[in-house]
Amino acid sequence: MTDASEHLFRREAGRIVATLTRIFGVHNLALAEDVMQDAFCRALEMWKFRGMPENPSAWLMAAAKNRALDALRRERTARTFAPELGRLIDSEWTLAPGVAELFASEAIKDDQLRMMFSCCHPRLPEEAQVALILNILCGFSIDEVASAFVSSHAAIEKRIVRAKKTLAQSKDLFDVTAAAEFSARLPAVHRALYLLFNEGYHGASPETAVRAELCREAMRLAEVLLECRSAVTPATYALAAMMCLHAARLPARVDESGNLNPFLLQDRSQWNRQLIEEGLRLLEHSATGSELTAYHVEAAIASIHARAPRAEETDWGAIVSLYDTLMSISPSPIVALNRAIAVAQKNGPERGLEEIQSIAGSDRLTAYPFYPAALGELEFRRGNQAIAREHFRAALALARNPAERRFLNQRVSACDQR
Amino acid sequence: MSEFVYLYRGGETGGSPERMQQRMQKWMTWMKELGEKGHIKDRGQPLERAGKLVKGKQKAVTDGPFAEVKDVVGGYTLIEARDLDQAVELSKGCPIFESDGAVEVRPVMRMNM
Repeated sequence: MTDASEHLFRREAGRIVATLTRIFGVHNLALAEDVMQDAFCRALEMWKFRGMPENPSAWLMAAAKNRALDALRRERTARTFAPELGRLIDSEWTLAPGVAELFASEAIKDDQLRMMFSCCHPRLPEEAQVALILNILCGFSIDEVASAFVSSHAAIEKRIVRAKKTLAQSKDLFDVTAAAEFSARLPAVHRALYLLFNEGYHGASPETAVRAELCREAMRLAEVLLECRSAVTPATYALAAMMCLHAARLPARVDESGNLNPFLLQDRSQWNRQLIEEGLRLLEHSATGSELTAYHVEAAIASIHARAPRAEETDWGAIVSLYDTLMSISPSPIVALNRAIAVAQKNGPERGLEEIQSIAGSDRLTAYPFYPAALGELEFRRGNQAIAREHFRAALALARNPAERRFLNQRVSACDQR
Repeated sequence: MSEFVYLYRGGETGGSPERMQQRMQKWMTWMKELGEKGHIKDRGQPLERAGKLVKGKQKAVTDGPFAEVKDVVGGYTLIEARDLDQAVELSKGCPIFESDGAVEVRPVMRMNM
């Protein structure tokens, strides 16, 4: 984050489309996007010659407002707009001041929140919700979403177009003031942000810059949640804590030449202290009420790592028991695999291997390179170089990007050397 | 030193927000460098892509476009350079070439020809 204006356009694009959609109505989402695009083109042309204005965000929002007025004048007979706009649109006397009011900072405060909740429409599959959030709220183009998800342009375009259709048909944007609906949909929003963050943290995209951006966007949207009183629940705190504690480790994950540093060998002095402090603070806030979510447990596990000055000083017993809890609230083969690795740290590689062998549904891990890699690692540690080598080779065949491939190649050659 | 006008023709206008921002930053960097080297007399102005065309004895007024979209002048800058060759050379750093646009370099006529 070298510059405050880094990704300014992208960020403002999300805010502006969210606001324009409230004013135009969700069925006019495409028009909102066109108007945003138009405002940005003008900004680009002006700023090229005149330099950036002092408050670029305000400038962009004002440009969007003027473009919106043009669109409303042009389209008022051809389209219906949001009911809020009501009769304002009938007369030029009321149109401009009315639209100005709809753009007032108090009014646009909740627009991102509203859009976030709208994107998490129950009729949309989770991956479509995440793609939609990235596209609409984070200003990622189809190509940028595709590269983040290591998917084809065509596949992502189809997913987003379909999702937008569903969104546009939902008639109204989500009403963030309806308390019951709000708390009913909040878990879906948490889940989407969690997936967005994880796509950045664990995803297959070879480009670390893209992945760090996904994490950053998820954290930014979690902050939007934390700014809204009704969204501030223990689960929201826990989710934000988990993101901070994981993101703190990002700088140590890859060395200067782009090679992966295995977690236990990371230089912990490179972990971001500020994010760790923030994560621990949020985790403390999350410990109210009786609700215990998977986010709480994942954040707690990350906090134990964050507190250990060196890998050898990790409290593996506590980590194993947190994984036990996680298995009881949200069991999955990946969680079980991580638990087995913690067991190996605590009780030795043999016990870890037993745990891996007994993972239910491990067939769901067959495409995940770190499943055979974990087997290889534990066999390696107990001295079975030949078996370890086979596992690492299997992992290599599943590697999803050059960094994983380099790392696993090193592990294969380590087996040959011993 | 002589004066020249750069007329920026065509060039991509849309793209994703991220790409637009990158493009803008390239322009600002280029302009800044030209300015620091003392080549900018006036940064100039962007021009709307549409306007009116008034033509002929009848002064007939028509709407644009005045040319193919790819040739429309989107703005101008007033440049100071030693000679036409240098002005041309300096124009080659313009980010417009990355988006399929062109720079027309035209010497300003001088009184003391």
